[in-house]
Amino acid sequence: MKFSESWLREWVNPSVDRAALAHQITMAGLEVDGIEDVAGEFSGVIVGEVVECGQHPDADKLRVTKINVGGDELIDIVCGAPNCRLGLKVAVAMVGAVLPGNFKIKKAKLRGEPSFGMLCSYGELGIDIESDGILALPSDAPVGLDIREYLALDDAIIDVDLTANRADCLGMSGIAREVGVLNRQAVTTPIWEAVSATIDEAVTIDLQAPQACPRYLGRVINHVNVAAPTPLWMQEKLRRSGIRSIDPIVDITNYVLIEFGQPMHAFDKDKINGDIQVRLAKGDEKLTLLDGNEVTVPNDMLVIADQTQALALAGVFGGEYSGVSKQTQSIILESAFFAPLAILGKARRLGLHTDSSHRFERGVDPELQHKVMDRASRLVLDICGGEAGPVVEAKSAADLPKPVSILLRRSKLDRILGHHISDTDVEEILTRLGFSVAVQASSWQVITATYRFDMAIEEDLIEEVARIYGYNNIPNVAPVASLKMSDHNETDISLKRVRHLLVDRGFQEAITYSFVDPKQQALIHPDQDSMILPNPISVEMSAMRLSTMTGLLTAVGYNQSRQQNRVRLFETGLRFVPDENAESGVRQQAMLGAVIAGNQSDEHWTLESQTVDFFDLKGDLEAIIGLTGSDVDFSFRSATHSALHPGQCAEIIRGEQVVGIIGAVHPSLEKPFSLNGKTFIFELELDALLQSKLPLAQTVSKFPANRRDIAIVVDDEVTAGNVVKVIRKVGENQLVGLNLFDVYKGKGVESGKKSLAIALIFQDNTRTLVEKDIAEMVNSVVSALKSEFNASLRD
Amino acid sequence: MSQLTEIVEQALAAIEGADNLKALDDLRVDYLGKKGQITDMMKMMGKLSPEEKPAFGQAVNQAKQQVQQTLSACIEGLKATELEAQLASEGIDVTLPGRRIDNGGLHPVTRTIERIEAFFGELGFVVKDGPEIEDDFHNFDALNISEHHPARADHDTFYFNPKVMLRTQTSGVQIRTMEHEKPPLRIISPGRVYRNDYDQTHTPMFHQVEGLFVAENVNFAELKGILHDFLRNFFEEDLEVRFRPSYFPFTEPSAEVDVMGKNGKWLEVLGCGMVHPNVLRSVGIDPERYSGFAFGMGVERLSMLRYGVNDLRSFFENDLRFLKQFK
Repeated sequence: MKFSESWLREWVNPSVDRAALAHQITMAGLEVDGIEDVAGEFSGVIVGEVVECGQHPDADKLRVTKINVGGDELIDIVCGAPNCRLGLKVAVAMVGAVLPGNFKIKKAKLRGEPSFGMLCSYGELGIDIESDGILALPSDAPVGLDIREYLALDDAIIDVDLTANRADCLGMSGIAREVGVLNRQAVTTPIWEAVSATIDEAVTIDLQAPQACPRYLGRVINHVNVAAPTPLWMQEKLRRSGIRSIDPIVDITNYVLIEFGQPMHAFDKDKINGDIQVRLAKGDEKLTLLDGNEVTVPNDMLVIADQTQALALAGVFGGEYSGVSKQTQSIILESAFFAPLAILGKARRLGLHTDSSHRFERGVDPELQHKVMDRASRLVLDICGGEAGPVVEAKSAADLPKPVSILLRRSKLDRILGHHISDTDVEEILTRLGFSVAVQASSWQVITATYRFDMAIEEDLIEEVARIYGYNNIPNVAPVASLKMSDHNETDISLKRVRHLLVDRGFQEAITYSFVDPKQQALIHPDQDSMILPNPISVEMSAMRLSTMTGLLTAVGYNQSRQQNRVRLFETGLRFVPDENAESGVRQQAMLGAVIAGNQSDEHWTLESQTVDFFDLKGDLEAIIGLTGSDVDFSFRSATHSALHPGQCAEIIRGEQVVGIIGAVHPSLEKPFSLNGKTFIFELELDALLQSKLPLAQTVSKFPANRRDIAIVVDDEVTAGNVVKVIRKVGENQLVGLNLFDVYKGKGVESGKKSLAIALIFQDNTRTLVEKDIAEMVNSVVSALKSEFNASLRD
Repeated sequence: MSQLTEIVEQALAAIEGADNLKALDDLRVDYLGKKGQITDMMKMMGKLSPEEKPAFGQAVNQAKQQVQQTLSACIEGLKATELEAQLASEGIDVTLPGRRIDNGGLHPVTRTIERIEAFFGELGFVVKDGPEIEDDFHNFDALNISEHHPARADHDTFYFNPKVMLRTQTSGVQIRTMEHEKPPLRIISPGRVYRNDYDQTHTPMFHQVEGLFVAENVNFAELKGILHDFLRNFFEEDLEVRFRPSYFPFTEPSAEVDVMGKNGKWLEVLGCGMVHPNVLRSVGIDPERYSGFAFGMGVERLSMLRYGVNDLRSFFENDLRFLKQFK
């Protein structure tokens, strides 16, 4: 809501300056978003009259004028504006005037003709009005008067960002009321001479939808002159409220809208056939709106209609056919109360949001319609002339909102605020807000005002009291709570611990959007449906991610395109897998994804630079798994994944369950993701990770440990993981250590086979193992490997 | 006897002249070894009379000791010199870089969330999270935002259908918590939220931390107190703070909190208020017995102020040159 400061001060004029006034308004909950001067900074511009206007001898587009500014002499000014003409009242910047931008007016010669000043346009005075030429002031503008004074330009536009609950402040009357309350000052409402009917012609109103429209007022005004100019004062007030002047009738309804917050509408009386109906739209009714667009009105929307057709979208938008035009002779003024629920959400479905619907959906004072009808009638008669008929009212008293009665308890007030505000203050605040207050023992019975749609419960009144009293006058107090210890599980691993481990291992945390490009995602998850946003920011941000991979690979490409070749990134967050059985039809699972590319380490003077491989990333993954203290629960199994290299891809398994995937990114993805070389990635369900094992201490053996190395030859297909598993099983208690320290293929080993060198460490808790024990155990390991994998000892 | 003196003199001279350990060892063998010259002298004892023996024995022993001591001293000296030489040759340039794993870093948003969690964790607030694809009950209805409430239109919601949407706030987590747990409750819920808006100052995804405290007699003055403390800790500065009346359907009274920026302008950093009784009722908590406050803050906004980040969008580009500044 934009309004002019001087207009507000006509209503209530506290002795505080502009900044303080804006601060007051903001601190009452009506946030001032901006304060803007209504004109640029200038001086030396006065009202003048063109008393001679001739063609410049040497320039087609220039005129040579003499201007009367009220002094003894006429002033010669050369002017190029097309609208400059004899008799026009103009804004004259005299020699010595300073215009916005520190532009000084000096004597000049234009194509040989002397010019002692300049006739100004709105733009040249820093006034935001579009026009083709110079100011054309009303003919009664007093010559010689300073233009700043004449147009009251020492004023500011205050823009208030109103919250949805404060519909009462969508008009000057409401803002003034607030300022009055804050300054404990009375508010002056404008006074006008009431309009009584001079003709009998009356509208007939057929109120068919009383719930949606509990009150509808109509009045005929005949013989209006729609060509009459809107008075400058009204144009200026409208402009300072952000509203363009259109024609006097529209301007008057807009003026009243800003003045009291009541939207009105004017129909061309001669276009209306019979009774005015207030009814719900019939199925598929079509209506061409004032802006020329045709809409099909849904049948739950309220329309104003005549016998023939729908004329206007009630409370939202007027219709083109019945609108006031240049040909209009007589009008019907409408002043109605449409119930918020009849308007809420409905205009938006048609893509419409107007000053009118904005107010009706939030709530217009249901007691305002008569007053505003009278106000608008007065303005029409004063500006356009005409004869007014009687005001006809159709109403459904039962459907009109009633003032709400609320009990405010002293105990509740104190309990919610944690601060005591005196009875006097409470009563004064509520009374000035326009509520009626009945004092009771330790409570107040408050009847709120019809313009406050946001008053329903005790807490609403508490807020009113606190807000006007000033939130900042309530002290800051440290909360009091019982020191109840919350439950802690030692074996929970916090996500924080996982993140910090990765950071310590050189990873940078990424946060990528949860919605990704469906095309890119399809390259990674070709056979999986994703949740698609029907109204995304762009197609590239329309598919909910099925994994962190799309985002991470995009981030790798982004960085590599910017000379950042060594990339180590991780991200944690939800993936969204459509699943009919899950809440809201989607499984939302917390994942950890990590990706590496480029060199193993930054260049170093002792290290050979080496690009990363599968086992670099697997090492990082194992470090995270190590946090669980149950590494043995995890295993890796060769697998395939559409995004990964078929020979370098593994499922991550905890117990029997697949909980993640790790591998080299498939070469076919390098181009679409702008990847520069080998990239490795893993993704893991966080739930599989965040549970660790409570350590259970074992006695440390007092007896020496013995190491025996064996080298076995097995088929290439035999995995190290399986070999290790078998050895562990055979070794049982006495095998305390196992380390696979070499894998060899080539000379000396039959092709198609490989040699694995394994260190076995034996130890017993109760005795020193003798050679015989050890040899037996080695033998049993070897024979198990032989039977399981057809392994042979390497010579 | 003069022969002994002569041998000792010879030996000492030879030892002094030796310049390596090998020569010294040869001399040791020469003089003190089993067949060494001084050892040989001892063997002459047998030819002497009993009266002469003690004196002679003593003299030979003395000679032996003298040579031994000189020999040892020389060996020590030579060893020390050799070690010195060795150490001198092993010098390194200590200014060369070590072999390190470069530290990575947390995303600034996470870093900010962790700080907020720490501040409130100390006061017994427990971290809770919830789904990001929400239903209209948890995202709107239970928060006192009915179907046609104007606030719904203000939210720029990403809908999948009228009942399912990307959450516009993490407040749904409060509802989910209160559905299962009873007061006293102290929780904070950080996380991603979504609004259909993308320009210089809006990204369609951003992060919020919401807090909730429900117990008997929780009040507005306490809300002010805790948020003052929080902001002072967060910025480590006693910034000017103001509480400005505002409107949220789920709190009453409601406030927005501004801090005075370095440029002399107020900056909005928080929204808060006393939990609306309808919200408490929607999860079966009696508003006559319990009251509560709730607050919510935009993590990116706070991070920008704290770390001097100018462009909101840089949080989601994941440019390493940006991220690596947060170590």
